[in-house]
Amino acid sequence: MTMPAPESGITKRVVLAAADMDRALTRIAHEILEANKGSADLILLGIPRRGFPLAQRLARKIAAVDDAVDPDLITGQLDVTMYRDDLRRNPTRSPQATQLPPSGIDDKVVVLVDDVLYSGRTIRAALDALADLGRPRIVRLAVLVDRGHRELPIRADHVGKNLPTSSRERVRVHLGEIDGLDGVAADEVVIEDRA
Amino acid sequence: MTDTTQHATSTEYLIRHASILGKTSADLLLRDGRIAAVGDTAAAQASPSAVTIDATGLVALPGMVDLHTHLREPGREDAETVETGSRAAALGGFTAIHAMANSSPVADTAGVVEQVHSLGLASGWVDVRPVGAVTVGLGGERLAELGAMAESRATVRVFSDDGVCVHDPVLMRRALEYVKAFDGVIAQHAQEPRLTEGAQMNEGDVSAVLGLTGWPAVAEESIVARDVLLAQHVGSRLHVCHVSTAGSVEIIRWAKARGVDVTAEVTPHHLLLTDELVRSYDPVYKVNPPLRTADDVQALREALADGTIDVVGTDHAPHPSEHKDCEWAQAAMGMTGLETALSVVQHAMVETGLLDWEGFARVTSVIPARIGRLHDQGRELVAGEPAHLILVDPAARWTVDPAAMATKGRNSPFRGLELPGSVRATFYAGHATVLDGALATPRQVAPAREAAAWTR
Amino acid sequence: MKHLLSTRDLSAASALRLLDVAEEMSAVGEREIKKLPALRGRTVVNLFFEDSTRTRISFEAAAKRLSADVINFAVKGSSVSKGESLKDTAQTLEAMSADAVVIRHPASGAPARLAASDWIDAAVINAGDGTHEHPTQALLDAFTLRRHWARIGGTPSAGTTLAGMKVLIVGDVLHSRVARSNVWLLTTLGAEVLLAGPPTLLPVGIGSWPCTVFYDLDEAIAQRPDAVMMLRLQAERMNAAFFPSTREYSRRWGFDDGRLALLDIMGLDDTVIMHPGPMNRGLEISAAADSPRSTILAQVRNGVSVRMAALYLLLSGDPHDDEPRDDETHSLPHDLPIPEGRTTR
Ligand SMILES: [Zn+2]
Repeated sequence: MTMPAPESGITKRVVLAAADMDRALTRIAHEILEANKGSADLILLGIPRRGFPLAQRLARKIAAVDDAVDPDLITGQLDVTMYRDDLRRNPTRSPQATQLPPSGIDDKVVVLVDDVLYSGRTIRAALDALADLGRPRIVRLAVLVDRGHRELPIRADHVGKNLPTSSRERVRVHLGEIDGLDGVAADEVVIEDRA
Repeated sequence: MTDTTQHATSTEYLIRHASILGKTSADLLLRDGRIAAVGDTAAAQASPSAVTIDATGLVALPGMVDLHTHLREPGREDAETVETGSRAAALGGFTAIHAMANSSPVADTAGVVEQVHSLGLASGWVDVRPVGAVTVGLGGERLAELGAMAESRATVRVFSDDGVCVHDPVLMRRALEYVKAFDGVIAQHAQEPRLTEGAQMNEGDVSAVLGLTGWPAVAEESIVARDVLLAQHVGSRLHVCHVSTAGSVEIIRWAKARGVDVTAEVTPHHLLLTDELVRSYDPVYKVNPPLRTADDVQALREALADGTIDVVGTDHAPHPSEHKDCEWAQAAMGMTGLETALSVVQHAMVETGLLDWEGFARVTSVIPARIGRLHDQGRELVAGEPAHLILVDPAARWTVDPAAMATKGRNSPFRGLELPGSVRATFYAGHATVLDGALATPRQVAPAREAAAWTR
Repeated sequence: MKHLLSTRDLSAASALRLLDVAEEMSAVGEREIKKLPALRGRTVVNLFFEDSTRTRISFEAAAKRLSADVINFAVKGSSVSKGESLKDTAQTLEAMSADAVVIRHPASGAPARLAASDWIDAAVINAGDGTHEHPTQALLDAFTLRRHWARIGGTPSAGTTLAGMKVLIVGDVLHSRVARSNVWLLTTLGAEVLLAGPPTLLPVGIGSWPCTVFYDLDEAIAQRPDAVMMLRLQAERMNAAFFPSTREYSRRWGFDDGRLALLDIMGLDDTVIMHPGPMNRGLEISAAADSPRSTILAQVRNGVSVRMAALYLLLSGDPHDDEPRDDETHSLPHDLPIPEGRTTR
């Protein structure tokens, strides 16, 4: 489905609708439990901004499977702003809060959660940020979309959808928790292309 | 008096269609240092070798006379010399300038004033009139040899400790009285010293925000008030330098109404700029007295228009760049002004309708010459008078570039400003020191003849 | 934001952003590893023309927590008089490729001068200039006040303003850069500011400030302020006829035990007492400095977070997406020049 955006010469293409997204997250939740052989020591850390609500959704799905899990106690947010290698190349970013679950991350299985995996530089920053906060036993990566174009030797353990893109395109993830207020259709993944 | 009119072999100039004082268009013939003819007969009287200048659209004015110039020589030749300062003066439309006494050594003896006078004669761009110090070394304690300076070859008539105030009331009274003996005038830099210790800028809303020590208006006004009363008491002539506040204007207006023989001066910068500019902390705006408020500027303009303030004096104060390339508190006070005076006054006074060109001539030439007792300057532009005159293009617009100026000082607060009016030609005793807006040649006078003139 | 020179030029949005970033920096200060790599490879110079160990170490700690290299450059009064000019020093630092210069200088406007000059390209942070401003002190004061205000209001402090808060600043306002920076910043953040002090130590022109002025401290306290900020009385003011004696000053404008008790009597349980330090105990402040109302140690702690935020915001981001510099050419209208109000460089 392709439609011209009203504003300019940008075309938009919905690649994941709300139901697709939900199915992808359910699958990832199961994969995480499978890889971990259960929910023991599991921590989900979302990378702001959209990684955090995704981590919360995954935690709820895990809790739905394993009722020993309190989703709030296994979810946290990991800000990577201060660890980025492109701070001077972009307009100044304000750091977001880092919030760890009460159990901390030492000797835990930490699953980093982000919306889009692209160059891999954000994940590189996240690994550095994590190292300053503690020493997890295992670190895994879950992403909603992997769009390719990696610049670092990083790959995701759990992927909602592999999405071949051109580097000219932009992948936008809209989530109800963040974008719902802006009148944007909640929960979808869109590819924008400057035609 | 220096007789600047005897100059036998000068070029003859026929100026066609100049608007005299901005009014009637007429021709002027300049010959042998004087205006030989004005009007329809001028062309007929011109010799075949006369240089003709088409002055269509230009205004002819008497050469400007500055009562307040700092030439820095002797002592601070890195800041300015008599040569560079008088070149700047010629370019700015001046034919006479008064060199302030705060050189090093101070111009407080006949020897120093004669040295400055001789340097002026040697330069030949304008008539350089030394100002004598009122007190020895500007120290404010003992009178300098005022009589000796008056009788010297420099024939000093204006005395001033400018830069510092003659604050001792007894000394000021004595000075006012003493110079009556040779028709002199005391030009006072009105600044109460205790009220201005460490002062950096006008005290008011802006200084409160900037955290700079204030220079309150009352420090000027209290001295002006005291001095007009002293001048009245002893029946002397007083000149108030660089009036900067609305309050001083009121006091001078009151004094004149009472018949006090007081004259007052305002600088071009105080007619245009305000202390809001200090918010930049750029020391190019640091000057003494400081830039004041918009209300003060308005009062000064009105006072100059109605004659309460008599003259414009530039207070041209060049400084080497390193004295301005620093933090505000350490920077020197002062601004250059010779090459922008005409344009700033045109902008602030003529284009606002407060003065016509005749009024301009009055405040920039006629009255300054009278105060300084320069009998051959500031004269009417009629046949027989000395040929000190300028041609101005009032329609010209130019952007101030301090680097392009003749003065050594780069400290112009008008930097980057587009101003009206341009001096196209300056005739100093019939000799063109400026032609086509550029420096021409200085006027050369045989020393023997000048010496004879001095001892007249 | 290229420089941090004064709080007067700071918009509410910029001020809030800085305080919000400082909240995140403060969280880092509570971790085991207090260092962040954000300014790795960048050089911050502490250029102090005036001694101030506490301000310098606060900036030094802030820069080091962000992994910047720190060079401390103290220019003593004697070197200045020997001709070590601001320009020479700035050009030296430029040659050393300083990315930021934190400057403390006895002359008002020296940081603005440095920032506007072409002597150096670095970001300039004003760490106190003469009697002009001390913006990071005001930011840490605002940060401290905001946390206090949010705590009693039961809200998170990030994102909130000081709207509804009443802050009383007491003492030598005339010579205080802390007072000036606080007046602009606190009012920008929505607080109401009251000033109290002897008339000789309130500047001419204070009438145009967005504050209410009191000559009587007790009358000001009767306005029920939420915070009382005591200013330091400099020794050099004590013999310059600004007031008859330190005893009289202390009685009329000092925050003594009697006034501390007054807060209790008035039921002002949540009113805090602030001081930028160093204190003259027994002069402008008494044992009130040690009471539970005192925020003095919190102010010191918050100073590092606020300075981290300032350094981060100035030194990260694309240095080329700045606003264009003002052109040299400007023109003035005939009927009076220069616009009213706030000007930017
Ligand atoms: Zn003067």
